[in-house]
Amino acid sequence: MGLILQGIGYTYSAGTAFSQRALEGVTLTVERGDLVLVLGATGSGKSTLLRVAAGLLAASDGTASVDGEVLTRASARGVMGLVFQDAESQLFAETVADDVAFGPRNLGVATSDALAAAREAMKLVGLDPVTYGGRSPFSLSGGEARRAAVAGVLAMRPRYLLLDEPTAGLDAHGRRAVRGIVETMRESAGVVIVSHTAEEFLDRASRVLVLAGGSVAFEGSGADVVSDPSLLDVGDLRPPDVLRVQQLARTRGYDVGEFSLDPHHAAEKLARAGGWL
Amino acid sequence: MGVPVPFGQFIPGDSAVHRTDPRVKLATVALYAVLLFSARGWAGLAIAALAGAATLGVSRVPVRLALRGLRPVALLLMLTLVANGLRWRPESALLRLGPLGVDGVGLSTGAFFASRMILLVVGTSLLTLTTSPVGLTDALSRLMRPLRAVRVPVDDVAMMFSIALRFIPTTAEEAEKIIVAQTARGAVFDEGGLVRRARAWVPVLIPLFVNLFRRADALAIAMESRCYTGVGRTRLHEPSMRVADWVTLAAGVSLTLGALVLLP
Amino acid sequence: MLRFNDVSFSYRPSGREVRALRGVSLCVAPGELIGVLGSNGSGKSTLVRLANGILLPEEGSVEVDGLCTSDEMGIHSLRQSVGVVFQHPDDQIVATTVEDDVAFGPENLGLDRAQLRARVDESLAAVGLVGLERREPHLLSGGQKQRLVIAGAVAMKPAYLVLDEPTSMLDPQGRADVLAVIAQLRASGRGIVHVTHDLAEVVHADRVVVLRGGEVAFTGAPQELFVRPELLESCGLEVPPVVALVERLRALGVPVASGISDPTMLIEALWD
Repeated sequence: MGLILQGIGYTYSAGTAFSQRALEGVTLTVERGDLVLVLGATGSGKSTLLRVAAGLLAASDGTASVDGEVLTRASARGVMGLVFQDAESQLFAETVADDVAFGPRNLGVATSDALAAAREAMKLVGLDPVTYGGRSPFSLSGGEARRAAVAGVLAMRPRYLLLDEPTAGLDAHGRRAVRGIVETMRESAGVVIVSHTAEEFLDRASRVLVLAGGSVAFEGSGADVVSDPSLLDVGDLRPPDVLRVQQLARTRGYDVGEFSLDPHHAAEKLARAGGWL
Repeated sequence: MGVPVPFGQFIPGDSAVHRTDPRVKLATVALYAVLLFSARGWAGLAIAALAGAATLGVSRVPVRLALRGLRPVALLLMLTLVANGLRWRPESALLRLGPLGVDGVGLSTGAFFASRMILLVVGTSLLTLTTSPVGLTDALSRLMRPLRAVRVPVDDVAMMFSIALRFIPTTAEEAEKIIVAQTARGAVFDEGGLVRRARAWVPVLIPLFVNLFRRADALAIAMESRCYTGVGRTRLHEPSMRVADWVTLAAGVSLTLGALVLLP
Repeated sequence: MLRFNDVSFSYRPSGREVRALRGVSLCVAPGELIGVLGSNGSGKSTLVRLANGILLPEEGSVEVDGLCTSDEMGIHSLRQSVGVVFQHPDDQIVATTVEDDVAFGPENLGLDRAQLRARVDESLAAVGLVGLERREPHLLSGGQKQRLVIAGAVAMKPAYLVLDEPTSMLDPQGRADVLAVIAQLRASGRGIVHVTHDLAEVVHADRVVVLRGGEVAFTGAPQELFVRPELLESCGLEVPPVVALVERLRALGVPVASGISDPTMLIEALWD
């Protein structure tokens, strides 16, 4: 069971003069409750991987299955939920409730049930259905629109949730809201987050994959990356600043012990290592 | 980011044809069309064909690319031949196919019309293959400048075209993004009858248009912020006519006039 | 000086009144970098549009080196003095090639070909896009597009630059490139207003102004903000992790200066 991608390869425009190999031998398993963090710089193939996982692109090589069935666009419908970067550009309906209900309705759910699912999803993302349900999606602020778009995907009750840079362009409040949604969704789904920065979800990730040049350059747990941030170097990625400070201290010979992502704990370790405490 | 695909048909190159001032190219294609449509015999077409072939050769554009433009009109060409070449129960015929007969004169007329069409299509293809879209719109706007005298807002129209061109790839990317996003929400675009399919596009067209309007507002603000007033603009690139351009133009005019006057 | 004098502005969508700014004052001198912080909805974007007269204040005034934005006769000149870079680069790029877009502003000023060429070359060099003159904009990365838009503003030779969240949608590399360009522009003597919701980007500002609900909640040195997490929280802002680390170090008695946000600089400050 689970979302299983095995040895996935993908080539854009195969067989033409513009063919580009975007993925090579990528293996990934996601189950309910997982939070898989896929990190990579621009061009590493992470967005392609997400689209293959969502069933939108058929892999050129390898196998993909979801809960025992071969992964195709048809079998992915309603099962894989994909939230794009600046997802708010998908809003189109007359009211927010209608827009959020679009997904369930496409899956054949009756209108009244779809609207009920929409209201549930809106509550999940912090948009009160009573206040926001009847408003035009184009009247929402940037952060609200992003949440409405996410609700549109959650309303389909996907078993696997795939998010592409979910916190891009959001302020502190917006980022916190997304973190909350991700944690809630983990209870009923497997979550994959694709990003170019490790900061946001490293502490909650059950597994971390680093993509470079289309292949998996590193795979391990979030804790592995925290204790050795240099593992991110293979992906041309910067480690979170707090870890970098501890890394630099260690290379200078100061024993800070096991690294911590929390600035306060890290400060205490540094103070002790430097002999001030 | 995208893979660089030549927009429309333009394929950059360095031949004499590529380097000719786009205004001259536009003018010569116009003259070429005049010649084609005024010619009453094969001689006229032959001269145009020779001129076209010579230009094609100098441009170093592969022949199959120049001929690609014929694909959409292939059916029309066939119909022209058939409509002109076949007669219903003719008295004399080269060949009989049941009640229809192939008429020699008609076939020749059909072939004439078809050849004219072929030459026209290939000639204009050559224009768009060797001239960048920006070059064409600039040339058009400069040629239209005299219309300023009759209060036509030439500069504004030219700016409109230029902006439209600039946004074609960006809008295409956005459309693709929205299509994929809605597909991921279960939307289906290739099922059902005509009405159902048309309706399926609403969730793509609405966000696309809303975004285009928003973008237009934002762009207007950005342009105003950079002191755009519509008048008094100079240009970084404004190709001027070289001797070679005048010569080409002169050759085109004299060839056309000569053919029209001298040929039957 | 670029000066906002007690400025107020409201939007009126279909009859309602939405107050975007109230009684906001701030000033920027050439060579200064002012950070304007605030969460979404704090009035930051309205401030940007008031800076060059796109919007006019209902109360108060906006002046640039003596010219007022409400003065129609002087607005052309004013807009040459204040370059504004808005949030989405794709909504500001007008032309089909990089160099044509940078030239757009100077072309509007009626400069001759040699001057246009010079402005384009200088501006592209200032933002590090030399060599990409004939590239089509849709083939640029996010960071390159943003730098292109900055080049377009710089080509007008403004004394002041206002940048509205220039790094918000960029990846780490793009972000670093844009921040480097901003630092250089400040070093070359321009007055810069950098609007952002990320405190880490303006730790080196001469002054920061924090907006909350359209009003100024704080004006002062960035360092003073680091020791006031409750204020930041109420304004929807976060203390950057390294800055929080440094404050904790100081609380523990470690002798280190406040407000360091770069890991390498912190280590050097501790042990060099």
